[in-house]
This record gives sequence, structure tokens and C-alpha cells, in this order.
Amino acid sequence: MADLAGPTARTYTQGEFDSMSTASDAVRADVTEDIAPAAPARPRTLAEKVWDDHLVVKGENGSPDLIYIDLHLVHEVTSPQAFDGLRAEGRQVRRPDLTIATEDHNTPTIGIDKPIADPTSRTQIETLRRNCAEFGVRLHSLGDVEQGIVHVVGPQLGLTMPGITVVCGDSHTSTHGAFGAMAFGIGTSEVEHVLATQTLPLKPFKTMAINVEGTLRPGVTAKDIILAVIAKIGTGGGQGYVLEYRGSAIRALSMEGRMTICNMSIEAGARAGMVAPDETTFAYLKGRPHAPEGADWDAAVEYWKTLGTDEGAQFDAEVFVDADALEPFVTWGTNPGQGVSLSDVVPEPQSFTDPNAQAAATRALEYMDLRAGTPLKDIHVDAVFMGSCTNSRIEDLRAFASIIKGKQKADGVRVMVVPGSARVRLEAEAEGIDKIVEAFGAEWRFAGCSMCLGMNPDQLAPGERCASTSNRNFEGRQGKGGRTHLVSPVVAAATAIRGTLSSPWDLDNDQAHDEQKAQA
Amino acid sequence: MEKISTLTGVAVPLKRSNVDTDQIIPAVFLKRVTKTGFDDALFSAWRQDPEFVLNQEPYKSGKILIAGPDFGTGSSREHAVWALRDYGFTAVLSPRFGDIFRGNSGKQGLLTGTVSEQDVERLWAAIEANPGIEASVDLVARKATLADLTVDFDIDDYTRWRLLEGLDDIGLTMRDEAQITEFEARREPWRPKTLPVKI
Ligand code: SF4
Repeated sequence: MADLAGPTARTYTQGEFDSMSTASDAVRADVTEDIAPAAPARPRTLAEKVWDDHLVVKGENGSPDLIYIDLHLVHEVTSPQAFDGLRAEGRQVRRPDLTIATEDHNTPTIGIDKPIADPTSRTQIETLRRNCAEFGVRLHSLGDVEQGIVHVVGPQLGLTMPGITVVCGDSHTSTHGAFGAMAFGIGTSEVEHVLATQTLPLKPFKTMAINVEGTLRPGVTAKDIILAVIAKIGTGGGQGYVLEYRGSAIRALSMEGRMTICNMSIEAGARAGMVAPDETTFAYLKGRPHAPEGADWDAAVEYWKTLGTDEGAQFDAEVFVDADALEPFVTWGTNPGQGVSLSDVVPEPQSFTDPNAQAAATRALEYMDLRAGTPLKDIHVDAVFMGSCTNSRIEDLRAFASIIKGKQKADGVRVMVVPGSARVRLEAEAEGIDKIVEAFGAEWRFAGCSMCLGMNPDQLAPGERCASTSNRNFEGRQGKGGRTHLVSPVVAAATAIRGTLSSPWDLDNDQAHDEQKAQA
Repeated sequence: MEKISTLTGVAVPLKRSNVDTDQIIPAVFLKRVTKTGFDDALFSAWRQDPEFVLNQEPYKSGKILIAGPDFGTGSSREHAVWALRDYGFTAVLSPRFGDIFRGNSGKQGLLTGTVSEQDVERLWAAIEANPGIEASVDLVARKATLADLTVDFDIDDYTRWRLLEGLDDIGLTMRDEAQITEFEARREPWRPKTLPVKI
């Protein structure tokens, strides 16, 4: 969080202490000029526009800007000490009407009517309930129809919208950037700061354009785009940047696909990821419970249409990805940048030029129990996890179900399907997806983070290997000693059917093969 | 956060260098849901040892910690500051601090002053000649005094000002509250509201 440095950059001498308010007044005059209708002619990026429109106080002499926060999402893990801090100082939540909480990281996905067994999990959840009641914050608890992963709940309620700032004490807050919002994760002390002030002192970010041009082939999805981007720029490649995903392949994506991509921006080290709002965005939002209505909607859409990056605006960095050439992608290592096409083999550590990357690859292969040169498709899995804030929305479940429909999971593979929210679960059940999942031999669970990080009992056993639609393949992430391969929902489905890492292309080949045999 | 000018209390010699945040507060205490009540967590591994300085009678009620170089290095852990504060420490003097720890301290009202290694040795010697002696840390003059020994300490102007004014991050931002309120007054009505609840 280097860029959340707090206003430490301002240096004051003792003599200046008394003249502080005068200095601030001068700053305020600057701000008013900046937002006056005669806007600066300099072409700006989407990120710059959203930033400028949230400037409360412009920092001077290298001190941070004070940025207004439109929407603050809260969950049980990073909020307890923030509320406790407010209590200790006798402070209130400044804007409960811009704050919403849900329970997700610790919640069980079976037997949700029973008390939570793990004492730490239970305490965190009970503490959130007490805090929300005390401070007047809206909370969607386990069992509530709007409960679910915080990054699924915001968009589904229509609270996430273009041109707003969103924060949450969770790194995958970048998800909300799919709407053209500026959304980033914060730490617990910043959570407290936002609760108390509805603002954050922030230093401006640099901008990076990720241009994805072309058309994805069937079976290739948003998840493959983002895994390919991270493999290309590395897990630190986005550090200090807000990424803007652009190009025809991004425009062609649904909101769910855009959320998948923005969600993993953090895995490239970026603070946030964004996509300019367009008709797809507006259509997704319209009619959602908290979306603007009537004249407000019209005014909003008019403004949202002005947000896209101006012709001629300068990015600090640019990356190009050819969508036509992309194949289903999979990670082989223990960070999200260690990925290759599924048709490839496990790489030789010596194939990396950077000695750190070599060492990381050697260590990763050891942890993952893989040998260089092994075709990815020969790798057997013990489990498949379909869920997490990256891929647990209704469209993800539909994609998964369309592949497994009428089939049986491979023997000995445990398959868990965890909808992102209680609402998604209901929607899926209305479409019969639960039946397809159960007939396939998989488990149909209640909503939450679940095996994405295994804070609840949904964990891998030591040594177990999992194809997972989540976002982090770190050592032990899904359970101590567990081994994670990050994949898209359709790759997860094909893998569940074949028992080895597979894509829908392999299923097509299998079918063609079977038909040939039958003919012969 | 309370304003600080002069801090007085029992001085404790912590004759160790490279005291990282894991030693100040082991990871097992991070599961708690409060921001206070970490007094038992402070140096909890070392406190198992009856010989440890905080287990010695005159030092149990310590307020001013005099430590060896590189205090508070290691992983970023605000709990390290909370644990020191909850135990009763109001100031730490050391020849060098971990950067993040020092930043966190300033924000949480714990005074951290850098003193030369020779001065740390002199302070330790003075304390051991007279265990339980009180030290006085004068933030305005940037001087620490133990009986007739007075040493200078360093603290940057900005942190010193915040401590003198009793401003945590929130307090600092709230000095701009008029601007925040004004900004709120001109926010467009279409922007999201979580209340009243709509489903
Ligand atoms: S699903 Fe995973 S990544 Fe997303 S918020 Fe939950 S734990 Fe974090």
C-alpha cells in the first residue's frame, strides 16, 4: 500500500501550524477551478476523469489528494478493528447510507442454519453483526437473499455503477472497475478512515492501457485473457498503475466477463482495473434495485457517456494482446503469473532469463509436484472448485453447466460449485442449474468465498490438486499443502469431466473420436 | 488521540537489536477483533522467560522503552504499536527503527525517538545503576532525561507536530471537514445510496 501513504508528505515547520487553515483555503480555490464547467482541454483517461471528479482537496508539494469515496463495502475480516477504533475515539460512521456490509469470507457453505464451528470465524461474524447494529450500517447476513461475496453483492444490487469510487478492505475490490468505477482494496486503518470521513488521502496512480483486439474463439473466455495478461506483464507489472482494458475483445465481453478481468488486476500488482462504460454496462445496470431511476437515470447515462478515455489521451504504459491467438489458459505454478496455454507443457525453470523467476519456478514446481516438460493436459486433479469473486456469477454458472449437462464427473474427483451470492444461487436454481450440478455428481453449495481461501471448512487436503476458477494459486491458499491450477469455468467443467486439465476443445475431440469409432 | 508534550515514566532497558514485529507481537494474536487489549501479547514469547526484563520487578510498570538498533523491523503490523501502547509504553528510543513501524507509531500516538548508539549505552548504564528510575521525554525540546543524564533524540518535524497536536490520520483529514461537507452538497443525486434498502 505504498501509495496509501497518508498525508505524511506534507512537511510543516512549527511556525506554519497556525496558518494551516489559510493554506487549505488556497488549495480549495485550486480545486474549484479544476472542476469548473470550462474543463481543461487536455485529453484525459477514464481513470483521470473519475479521479478529478472526486477531488475534495488537492494535495500540494507532493502531499496526497483527498478523494471522496462513493461506496464503501464492508465484510467481517477487515472491519472489526476499524469499528473498534471508531469506538475508542468516540467517532461515528459518517455516511452509513454509502456503506454496506455482507458476510462472506468465513461463512459455511453447508448447514448454514447451524452455529459456525470455528471460534475465530464465529467471532468475526458475530462482531460484524454487533458493529453494524451499533453504527447503523446495512448488513446482509448469512441466510439473507442478498448475502454473498462482497464483490458479487455490490454489482447485483446496482450499487456499483460507472464514474464512482468504490473501496473495500479486500484486494479484489478491483472487480467493480468493470463498470468504469475507480475501485481498489484498502487496509483496516483505511477502512476506519473511510468509515469516519468518507474520504481517503491518495497519491495519483499511473495509467496503463491493456489493448485486447480481435475475437475470442469459442471455449476461450475473459479468464483466459486476464491470465494471459498477467503471464505477460508479471505479478508486479502493474505496480502503481490503474489498468484500463480496451479494444474490441473487451467491448465484446459481458459485464460478468469484464468483472472477471478487472477482478484479477490486483494479481498483476495493479491498484485497480477499469473498463469504460458502454451500452453493455447500462443494460446490465438498468432496473437493478439501487440503479438510478427516471430523470436521475438519464442524467447519469449522459454523464457516464463522457467518461471514456479521450482521443489522444496519454497512458504511462501500453500492452497489446491478440485475442485471436488466445487459447484456454492454465497456471502451473504458485503465482498467477506462472501460466501457459493448456496445450503447452510445464516450462523448464532455465527457460526464464531472470534468475529470480528461475528460482521461483524451481520452487513452484517442487511445491506443485510437477516436472518440466509434462504436458499440462496430462495432469490429474483431485478436486474442481467452481466459485469465488472471479467466477461465481450467474453467467459463470451457466457456462459451467452448459459443459457438464448430461455428463458424469470423472471418478475420484471432488467437484464443488459455490454461487457468489444467495441471489445467484436462487437464480441458478430457477434455471435448473442445481439439478444439472447434482446429476453430474458435484456438490451444490451456499454462497461465500469458500475454497477460494479456505477460511471456512472448504479446504484442500495436503497434496491435493485442484482446478479452480478463483484468482490465487499461492502455496496453501486453498488449504495447507493444497495445489491450485487457476482456470476458467469452462476449463473447470471440462477438467471435472475428464479428470485431467482439459478444455472444451478436448471434449469436442473426444466426441469426434467416439463418433469415428462408432462409425467404424 | 491525546496530545503529547512531555512523557514521564519508568525506563526499561531492552538490550537487544533487530527486535522485529514478530517478536513484539507474534502472529497468533492477529486473529483478535479488537484494537485494544494487546498488553498480554507484547513480547509474549520472551515473557515466558522469568529472566526477561519485563518480568523484573521495577520494570513491570515500564513506560519508556530504550532499545537496541533496528527496533520494529519486519512485516507491517499495526498490532505491534497497539501491544506496546496497551502494555503502557508511551515512547521508544532506539538508534534505528523499521520504517513502517515508525510510520504506524506516529499515527497511533506512540513517540519514537532516534538516539545515538553511545547514548543508548549511557542510558542503559544509568538505568542499571538505578533500576526503576523514571525517564522524562520532552517532545518540544527533543530531549530525554534520566536523573542528571540528558540526551538529544531525533523525530521528524511532521510526526512531532502530529503528536503535539494529537492528530491521527482521521483527525488530520477532519481538519478539512468543511471541504468534505461542501463536496457532499454538490454530489449528483444519481450516485449510489445503500439506504433506504431497496431489493
Ligand atoms: S472470493 Fe476469494 S478473492 Fe474473492 S473476496 Fe472472497 S476470499 Fe477474496
